[in-house]
Amino acid sequence: MHITRRNFFRFMGAAGASVAVRPPSVHAWQSQAPPDPFGCLVDLTRCVGCRKCEEACAKVNDLPEPERVNCQCTIFEKDRRPDDTSYTVINRYYTGTVDVFDKPVPTYAKVQCMHCQDPACVSACIVGALTKDDTGAVHYDVSKCIGCRYCMVACPFEIPAYEYYDPITPRVMKCTFCQERISKKGGLPGCAGICPTEALTFGRRQTLLGVARKRLKENPGSYIQHIYGEKEVGGTSWMYLSSVPFEEVNLPLLPDTPSPKLSETIQHSLFSYLWSPVLLFGVLGACMARFNRGNDQKQNNADKGGA
Amino acid sequence: MEHKAGPMNRPLWTPGVLVMLVFMFAGALAIIARFTGGIGYVTNLTNARPWGIWVGIDVATGVALAAGGFTTAALAHIFGRHYYEPVTRPALLTAVLGYTFVVLGLLVDIGRSWAIWKPMFHWNLNSVLFEVAMCVMIYLTVLYIEFVPIVAEQFKGRVNLPGLLSKLNNLVDKVLQVADRILGKVMWIFIILGVVLSCMHQSSLGSLMLVAPTKLHPLWYTPLLPLLFLTSAIAVGYPMVVFETTLATASFRLNSEMHILAPLTRITIYLLGIYMLLKLGDMLVRGTWVYLLDGTYQTNAFIVEVLFGVMLPWAMLLCKTIRHSSKGLFTAAALVVGGVVMNRINVFIVGYRSPLSENGYFPAPSEILVTLGLIAALMFIYRVVVTYLPVLQESKEVS
Repeated sequence: MHITRRNFFRFMGAAGASVAVRPPSVHAWQSQAPPDPFGCLVDLTRCVGCRKCEEACAKVNDLPEPERVNCQCTIFEKDRRPDDTSYTVINRYYTGTVDVFDKPVPTYAKVQCMHCQDPACVSACIVGALTKDDTGAVHYDVSKCIGCRYCMVACPFEIPAYEYYDPITPRVMKCTFCQERISKKGGLPGCAGICPTEALTFGRRQTLLGVARKRLKENPGSYIQHIYGEKEVGGTSWMYLSSVPFEEVNLPLLPDTPSPKLSETIQHSLFSYLWSPVLLFGVLGACMARFNRGNDQKQNNADKGGA
Repeated sequence: MEHKAGPMNRPLWTPGVLVMLVFMFAGALAIIARFTGGIGYVTNLTNARPWGIWVGIDVATGVALAAGGFTTAALAHIFGRHYYEPVTRPALLTAVLGYTFVVLGLLVDIGRSWAIWKPMFHWNLNSVLFEVAMCVMIYLTVLYIEFVPIVAEQFKGRVNLPGLLSKLNNLVDKVLQVADRILGKVMWIFIILGVVLSCMHQSSLGSLMLVAPTKLHPLWYTPLLPLLFLTSAIAVGYPMVVFETTLATASFRLNSEMHILAPLTRITIYLLGIYMLLKLGDMLVRGTWVYLLDGTYQTNAFIVEVLFGVMLPWAMLLCKTIRHSSKGLFTAAALVVGGVVMNRINVFIVGYRSPLSENGYFPAPSEILVTLGLIAALMFIYRVVVTYLPVLQESKEVS
């Protein structure tokens, strides 16, 4: 190997100098959440399953009309998920509560992107096509997307859907929080604007937390004393109140730690300023110089073409 | 230690090669279907299950099994164990082809294949996948650079292009000469760089799943995942060399390389031992052993992976008689390789739990055909390259 002490140290000196300009410092992980995002509060005790939100969502987002748009009965027989043609769906759950006539009481639950405060998808996206903006919306920029679907792997709510049947230009499809509409003063997301029972309340996330706490306090008997989305995975812009356990209406039990915290902490501690690769290069270079000393002449030919 | 690599100069079209061609053809049809009907047309992937065998096998396993390239380079060139040099060339070729096919697999898997260059300009430094992509891209380039001298050795001074291209003979020869001379001086940089890049992305492949703490089964989800991926990649490097060298020497009826392979796997005892300790220790510390007897198929997959892919081959390698018998050594090496293959499949496929939807995923036939086709193509090109370029050790009779 043609490595001499001199050119090795010269090389490492250059590499070291480029790193030493700003010494590797490792900051504790910090949330990147916007300071005062919008949010939406879903009160499941108020939802009657009219599916107007599905219809409005499709209309404002130029999506195909929802499946059997006027059906409020048999459509609920199968559990649906948002997919590449619908950003939001309503599902019906029977969780065992009965009314005074012993008839089971349904709970309707809306599903859409939760617009996490520290979204796993945004952290995962290889090209930064997903971003969390100041409105609180998790925005998807199709012009950067390469279609790796890592966002879908990362999402704890299983939200991003994919246009699997588009061979060349498939997109990731998910609720946009009607970002353009809510950026304008007084703008509402399509779904929240149409909800006839005020099951959806749109506003600043902080304000909504106050509203939610007030409802929990004023009607302690009609709610589970928990605001789903206040702390889950570090908090979400969309939050839920419910009278039945959240897991039973397909809102998964999640830790309070933001999903990206561990992977980002590991990545940044190892690779900020590339200190560890440069150090490893140095150590290996030193080994190479040490173990191959005196071999240079002998090995000149034999080494060629080897790795 | 005298050794000389040479082209095999055997007939290329053996029955085995024809079988590979059949698989390549079938895989090509499936790939055409993927680019006309979409990913959904040829795979069983869903919104709940966005990654299947194309990521789990073609990419993750492919990268792991190409680890022979950097582990042998580190041993022979950096740590100066020149005794092992004969295996560095086949290992390098496996790495070159392995990574090339990782990229080809990715091109089939990602939805917008034509956009694969975009990560070079749109950086997300928080994304583990971004780091993996950058490392793989640079490492693949490094691997091709490391391979140039092998091409130069074969064709320097006797470039003979057919037909009109023959006018370029002198020019190509000159390029080869210059490249070879320059590379001879700076190759050490690329060799070290190759090892560094490998350590980076082999470990980061494990970090990929860390962003989804609720979606990977706790038997595999651990903050140690990157370290486990790195140590297992390092551990599988030499067994993979044993595995393919044994197959190649048997296939070409070359002299067995046992005198190199046996001591090589003695190192594996330590490397595999470190991986085993980390894996078992992690299970004990996090208390995930409580899952071991719950009988789910995920748990069973974990037990098979650890028992037959790590502990059994480690115990076999401890035994000197097994290490020095070609059959025993091959079996142990194959088990280690199988264990790492299982680990990658477990982490990316078996252990992946969609939190809200039905969890079932089994690859569609056409999905499997793409994977098999790519593997067959890799083997075919390996065969072509060793037939015409000096990669494998020549037999004693020939040299």
